[in-house]
Amino acid sequence: MKNTLRAKFKRGSMAGMASVGATALLLTGCGAAPDAGGTATQTASDYTGCIVSDSGGFDDQSFNQSSYEGLKKTEKDLGIKVNQVESKTNNDFEPNLRAMVAANCDLTLTVGFLLGDATKTQAAANPNSHFAIIDFAYDPPISNVKPIIYDTAQAAFLAGYLAAGTTKTGTVATFGGIKIPTVTIFMDGYVDGVKYYNEKKGTSVKVLGWDKAAQDGSFTGDFEKQDVGKQLTQNFLDQGADIVMPVAGPVGKGAGAALNEAKAAGKDVRMIWVDSDGFLTAPEYKDIMLSSVMKQMGEAVETVVKEDKDGKFTNTPYVGTLANDGVQLAPFHSYDSQVSADLKSELDQLKKDIVGGKLKVESAASPKV
Amino acid sequence: MPEERHPKHADQHAKPHRTTPAADETAAEVAVDTAGGAMSPSAVPASAQSGQLPGGPDTLVRKIFTGSGVVSVLAVLLALVLGGLLIAATDQRVSATAGYLFARPTDFLSAVWDAATRSYVALFQGSVFNPRGASLAVRFAPLMDTLTIATPLITAGLGVALAFRAGLFNIGAQGQIIIAGILAAWVGFALHLPLVLHLLLVLVAGIVGGALWGGLVGLLKARTGAHEVILTIMFNYIALYFLRYLLNTPAFQRPGESNPISPILDPTAIYPQIFGSQYRLHLGFVLAIAATILVWWLLNRSTVGFEFRAVGANPKAALTAGINVSRSTILVMAIAGALAGMSGVAQVAGTEKVLTDGVAATYGFDAITVALLGRSTPWGTFAAGLLFGAFRAGAVQMQIQTGTPIDIVLVVQSLIVLFIAAPPLVRAVFGLNPRRKKPAKAGKTPQAATTGGAA
Repeated sequence: MKNTLRAKFKRGSMAGMASVGATALLLTGCGAAPDAGGTATQTASDYTGCIVSDSGGFDDQSFNQSSYEGLKKTEKDLGIKVNQVESKTNNDFEPNLRAMVAANCDLTLTVGFLLGDATKTQAAANPNSHFAIIDFAYDPPISNVKPIIYDTAQAAFLAGYLAAGTTKTGTVATFGGIKIPTVTIFMDGYVDGVKYYNEKKGTSVKVLGWDKAAQDGSFTGDFEKQDVGKQLTQNFLDQGADIVMPVAGPVGKGAGAALNEAKAAGKDVRMIWVDSDGFLTAPEYKDIMLSSVMKQMGEAVETVVKEDKDGKFTNTPYVGTLANDGVQLAPFHSYDSQVSADLKSELDQLKKDIVGGKLKVESAASPKV
Repeated sequence: MPEERHPKHADQHAKPHRTTPAADETAAEVAVDTAGGAMSPSAVPASAQSGQLPGGPDTLVRKIFTGSGVVSVLAVLLALVLGGLLIAATDQRVSATAGYLFARPTDFLSAVWDAATRSYVALFQGSVFNPRGASLAVRFAPLMDTLTIATPLITAGLGVALAFRAGLFNIGAQGQIIIAGILAAWVGFALHLPLVLHLLLVLVAGIVGGALWGGLVGLLKARTGAHEVILTIMFNYIALYFLRYLLNTPAFQRPGESNPISPILDPTAIYPQIFGSQYRLHLGFVLAIAATILVWWLLNRSTVGFEFRAVGANPKAALTAGINVSRSTILVMAIAGALAGMSGVAQVAGTEKVLTDGVAATYGFDAITVALLGRSTPWGTFAAGLLFGAFRAGAVQMQIQTGTPIDIVLVVQSLIVLFIAAPPLVRAVFGLNPRRKKPAKAGKTPQAATTGGAA
């Protein structure tokens, strides 16, 4: 009894689905057929640029994604061919890299320190292929690998100074995803920027979440769990912080959520985003986005690929600094009017001092070049 | 699982299994019949109704693990077909030609066929044989890669399969691989010993680490009655976060660096490559074959294995027959852990050569799938491990040659699991389901019958 009922129902739903599907096909399939003949897109160049992600994948909203987008932009700008392969686990690194070499890549871009060993092995085995690796450098250098690294502390220093200059509670905060040099370098610069402000102005702005001397602080433990970032941020708010800089990729969204809630509850709180201009890339938090510490990976990738394409490959590391705009402090966007003209000119002066070498920003994680 | 009904006696008896089996059985039956006292007893005891008791020999989980071999093959086939359709659906040319489907349908159909076959050809070329290779050695390189990737899958899969045969659902291969990896890697980079001895010690450290981590679960289950699924899942977390902690300590980092990555293992601690340095295939694969033979022997020829199977089939009957169930639980989990430990060693001493927090990759969880597909038999697991190794190795070529996202391969793998976990579904698709047989036969598919009735 039940079974027959079910069978009827099943048949009925199948017929319904089929008709819906057929309608959809009718609606979508009515276009005219194009003329036969070659429509193959011509690539202007035989140059092939390739990229291998780490296990984060190209949609990690962090350095894999920025590098990938940089290469995709280069594909359009320079008319090169692009091959990409995503690693799901650390086990995929070596086969992926070997496959890229076998696919005749002129330059293979690898992302992150985890790929350091695999890149080194493949570079040694294929001395005629060129490689570039992001956020990692070799000591001693390897002749056919170009490191792309960033002195992020310089831009984070400006962000710290800005935070100290705009805080209303006298307390600012930061936290990281995992304690690795590419994360702590942000936190070092930020803390130093606040400290410098205190020295100059005789204030005593506190920084929660990172102790530069001890090289220890608050971390969420990965780049995935946004709720942990939210919790940490709420803790910071409870301790009186009003500006938070999360250095944790997508986990920064957890911080954004906590700050949005606090703002809705009437608190004057702000966030400093990292890697990209958060006002543009994380628009759901643009109302609290004071500024961002940007690492311009796309530009770096494009520069390195262009150099290699023009036959000017070198293994000298590309170091993103304030001087070459590899790292930057993003515009203030909607907070522009709330940052005083004095503070803005001080920041400009600081940038000039850092570029000119008058002011040294140091971090244990700074590139040693 | 029948053990769950024991704990109410556990405080009176140090060993829950010491209660009189007969009395316990009756109590269990009553509990099932009355939903733990919530309902009045039915006229016909639950055990006499259609279908069988969840604790009986034909539990759903058991069905899943021991479905017929035909179903495994059909599940793979079905998953490949569906995967092909998915590949076609994500293909650009297919969506372009779909726009004028009615004007020239052949374009659309050939685009679909092209997209799917090109991807699978690339998958084959990336996992078995690459006809475009310059030399014979290069042409067979994909096969070697398949075997390399299959190595940890096979040993971890054996661990899961063995535990299942003893009635334990071992989700803990991941944690066991991690603990084994930590110990093996530490011995590999911190100690500097002569050739052979060093590698041997690395292997022993890994196996002992895995066995301890697995055996601990067995011990907790046997002594306290805690469920092994919960235990193993939690032990996975403990292992992972312990590993992350260690990688943040200088003892596990490279001198002068603070990235969470260990020093490279000494050359003396690395598995030798079987067919020379052009392939990644290492001695671990030979050990995986040996492990498969060992597990086969253990299960089918040894007394211990017979006890495992007896406990797995019916712990209470085994207890009545004089088998020490607690001892079997501890022992089987320790052996399962040791097998997973071999995967950990294959990772740090075979392919990775360093310790990172991704040392176990997803092998611990893939191992469950492998054991499922292999129907918990040693050689079935071996074959399933090879198949999954081939999927993984071929996925690289699939990405590069055709731009098919690697996630599609994972979708195909997941579909396989789905179909294996639902044999009636596969049989229905291929029209193999027995068409409303006599009621006596209904007991053959008790789960379908009971769930159907409930819906």
